[in-house]
Amino acid sequence: MDTTHKKLLTIITEAVLEPRLIDLVREMGATGYTVTEARGSGSRGVRSAGWMHNGNVRLEVICTDEVAVKITEHLRAHFYADYAMVSFVIDVGVLRADKF
Amino acid sequence: MDPVIWFFLLGVLAGVMRSDLRMPKAVYELLSMLLLLTIGLKGGVELAQQPIGRLVPQVLAVASIGLIVPLVVFAAIRALSSVERADAASLAAHYGSVSVATYAVGVSFLATRGVPFDGQLPLFLVILEVPAIMVGIVLAKGLSAGSNWGAVAHEVFLGKSIVLLLGGLVIGALTGPEGIEPLEPLFFDLFKGVLALFLLEMGLIAAGQAGALRRRAVLVIVTGLVTPVPAATLGIAIGHLIGLNLGGMTLLGVLAGSASYIAAPAAIRIAVPDANPSLSLSASLGITFPFNIFIGVPLYFEIARWLSGAGAGA
Repeated sequence: MDTTHKKLLTIITEAVLEPRLIDLVREMGATGYTVTEARGSGSRGVRSAGWMHNGNVRLEVICTDEVAVKITEHLRAHFYADYAMVSFVIDVGVLRADKF
Repeated sequence: MDPVIWFFLLGVLAGVMRSDLRMPKAVYELLSMLLLLTIGLKGGVELAQQPIGRLVPQVLAVASIGLIVPLVVFAAIRALSSVERADAASLAAHYGSVSVATYAVGVSFLATRGVPFDGQLPLFLVILEVPAIMVGIVLAKGLSAGSNWGAVAHEVFLGKSIVLLLGGLVIGALTGPEGIEPLEPLFFDLFKGVLALFLLEMGLIAAGQAGALRRRAVLVIVTGLVTPVPAATLGIAIGHLIGLNLGGMTLLGVLAGSASYIAAPAAIRIAVPDANPSLSLSASLGITFPFNIFIGVPLYFEIARWLSGAGAGA
């Protein structure tokens, strides 16, 4: 199988941030994204998604190394201090490199 | 006691005892949509029969509540406690803004007693939702904070509660009493049943919020219990000044005494990220909402009755 190396950036954060983060990853050069609803628990307590404002979202972006670095640095500078947010980057292989 | 209140208690009990009772998110969304549209439609139908000119001064008087309450709450919290500026401003925004569920309980309370209320109250509900949130943001950040006003305005003005309330008002006003008749079974006849189910979920949520009360518990409880009655009294007095009837004064009191838990939290979370969101939410949902539906609503009705009686006697 002939795959190309890309990064999968995953951001798990408060649902209220979804529109801003979508704008952000677009501006930083990501060509697409996937959002799913999420719930869980961490240093900011249980985020149960029991109702609208207590929910989390999981935003996934497949992008180049540079874009992944740009986005994570922006997140660290602007969101980590005040919002419940976890993000991580893993290596993935994609089949259609031109798509990302 | 109004039967719908029992459903709130049932929800609280189920939440405290960790029952597996959980309302699907989509059902909760539907119930809140029905409540908002019902309130809007009812107001629209009655508003269509009133002269617009009389409304303008009333709207301005009502909007002043949305400025006075948050300023006083902010000043009082800053003077009496060591709470950070952002948290005090967030509480001020929540208490200046209003709760639709509390309003619906007030409507149900008046309906049980056969007390009519003025048709412009749903409009006042819309008007009171916004200004306090803006005041809270300015109190926290100042005018030139460079904060994200575009996103905030979008959150505040295009949030579902404003869209559905205003949409209902306009549809109600355009269709009028006869036109609305085919919709009555869904929106008006089912009002109490929908409210009962909604309050069941509110009970579950409130139990969770009260359970999350750990840090600053004293501040949250005191703010949650002390703020509603003076704010409601201001609302009732302004209702009296602008010539509302007994039901209208009561509901304006309910609005002024209630605290937001939908519009304000979302907007404040975006605009004032350094405020602790659980502080304001546990005060408004865990303390003030139960206080208002059990004690506040009947009390505001009595205050309004006393004030309108005193006015008539003088």
